[in-house]
Amino acid sequence: MTMRQRLSLSGTGHGDLTFRALLAACALAVPVLLLALVIELVSGSRLAIREFGLQFLTTSVWDPVAGQFGAFPLIMGTLLTAVLALMMAVPLSLGVAIYLTEFAPQWLRRPVATTIELLAAIPSVVYGLWGVFVLIPILRTSVFPLLRDSLGFLPFFKGVIYGPSVLSASIILTIMIMPFIMSVSREVLLAVPNGQREASLALGATRWEAVRTVIVPYARSGILGAVILGLGRALGETMAVTMLIGNRHDISTSLFAPGYTMAAAIANEFSEAATPMHYASLTYVALVLFVITVLVNAAARLLIWRVTQAGRGKGR
Amino acid sequence: MFAMKMTKAMLGTALALGLLAPLGLAAQQLTGAGATFPFPIYSKWFSEYNKKTGVQINYQSIGSGGGIKQYTERTVDFGATDGPMTQDQMNAAQGVVLHLPTVMGAVVLTWNLPALGSTQLKLDGPTIAGIFLGTITKWNDPRLAALNPGVKLPGNDIIVVHRSDGSGTSYIFTDYLSKVSPDWKTRVGTGTAVNWPVGLGGAKNDGVMQQVKQTEGAIGYVELIYAASQKVPYAIVKNAAGQFVQPSLESVTAAAASAKFPATTDFRVSITNAPGAASYPISSFTWLLVRPTMKDAAKAKAMKDFLTWMISPEAQDMAKGLLYAPLPKEVVALISTKIKTLK
Repeated sequence: MTMRQRLSLSGTGHGDLTFRALLAACALAVPVLLLALVIELVSGSRLAIREFGLQFLTTSVWDPVAGQFGAFPLIMGTLLTAVLALMMAVPLSLGVAIYLTEFAPQWLRRPVATTIELLAAIPSVVYGLWGVFVLIPILRTSVFPLLRDSLGFLPFFKGVIYGPSVLSASIILTIMIMPFIMSVSREVLLAVPNGQREASLALGATRWEAVRTVIVPYARSGILGAVILGLGRALGETMAVTMLIGNRHDISTSLFAPGYTMAAAIANEFSEAATPMHYASLTYVALVLFVITVLVNAAARLLIWRVTQAGRGKGR
Repeated sequence: MFAMKMTKAMLGTALALGLLAPLGLAAQQLTGAGATFPFPIYSKWFSEYNKKTGVQINYQSIGSGGGIKQYTERTVDFGATDGPMTQDQMNAAQGVVLHLPTVMGAVVLTWNLPALGSTQLKLDGPTIAGIFLGTITKWNDPRLAALNPGVKLPGNDIIVVHRSDGSGTSYIFTDYLSKVSPDWKTRVGTGTAVNWPVGLGGAKNDGVMQQVKQTEGAIGYVELIYAASQKVPYAIVKNAAGQFVQPSLESVTAAAASAKFPATTDFRVSITNAPGAASYPISSFTWLLVRPTMKDAAKAKAMKDFLTWMISPEAQDMAKGLLYAPLPKEVVALISTKIKTLK
């Protein structure tokens, strides 16, 4: 950019100033909103913070009648469902993305990609209904008994099969976050310069070797970004999860047992929170969810930054 | 040119109407919020009353807890709740609240045991408490078998389904269990949301129903209206007089009629486990929360007129059609004297 162009952008005309102020106000509105949100959450949960302190995070009793609240099962339920969903969704979506960019015949690529992207537009309550009416009956009658019979020696696949469970919720989350991870990874893989592909193939690499050693590493920061996007969605998803998780303030080693997540508990209990302490505790849960989401995102940014740094270092 | 004149004229009329309308109707509007359980009958009443008198009553069915909150914060003219306000809540509202019963409803137990077909199971308080405490875990438990001679109970695990959202239905149910089981009272207690010892949570009546319908061996509790509309079997429950009673409009009204009201009652009366041979034990009133003195005289009059109409036979008969039990005569008489004191 030349000097003159830069000058004209920071112009001093009347209209320019107004426009600039307007844009600045728009940009500032976001941090101000965020700050307002934090203030509201902290002041709303003051009662519970004073009463339970940090013990709130590690205790498990949730008794609105006795006024005793602990969010450990909610926090664990949220993290567990999100992580399980990622474990299932990442390999699947990456596989699809790699197939669609590197291996699939041209005529197949567009239609399949478009179909998967359409999945992202389905409202979560529809996923929830589908989960209740289609997924849960299948899981309860065939998938879960099969898992229990073959992997029942592990503590994760023991106990009574109810249907609604941590595992059912994780599976619906997997299906819900796949389109995000898939379509972003696909875009990122498409952006890998053809020169990279051709160079590795010219060096005698097979298609698989080219994907493994050149294409995926080249795109890794973008792929990580896609995964983070999926994780964010999984942590905050409410409707479909509450319809499939069984809504029990409890955490068990068995994945067949019902559980609860922070978002689902807030959605279920907030409108009827009976006492000020119940209300404050739910707000406290919201604050914890907020902090966890911020931490996860910060960690993810750090990870992406380090990966890109390392990638650059290697490139030179 | 003509078109323009036309538009101007229309604009003028519209403006005049728009400005005048709110003035004329200001006193003709009431807002309320609260319980979802009586919402079908409330919305019918409000629309019928609007047709009769032109008074518009806007009601948001946001739940009993929300109703109490909005009433306390004075953002609505009246509230509505399925569980009476606690002393703490009354204090928060500076004690200026009148509970007026409107109709009654019942909570029924429903289950999913295909082996039984449409057989109605008989249950009593201690057994229901045992199931929901997790001490009775199989359908062929001797205590269940003793209550149901001649019924071949299967050996399935009992899977308990309860409400995951705070709810008046849960309040009525846990209030009943606290009265019939000391163990329930000390371990769990009464509330719109409690620490359930066992089971799965479903959101709203349909969430519970859905869970029960899908899970063999499940048992859950829903409102009578809801169970009846879904055509599912529900339990006959033993009442305080030792009789097994079918949940119905008559047995719910009987429960209300057998409850004792002192002349100075504030109507915060629980009619679960009511005496009387014909009383269905898991019954309850649902209440409107009304201010004894309203600042706006026109609103106070509108409120008073509506309440008077609401307890009239005309309005109370509408309740039956929607499977709510109408108020017994004694209670209507008490409410009517109370309404007269409103200012």
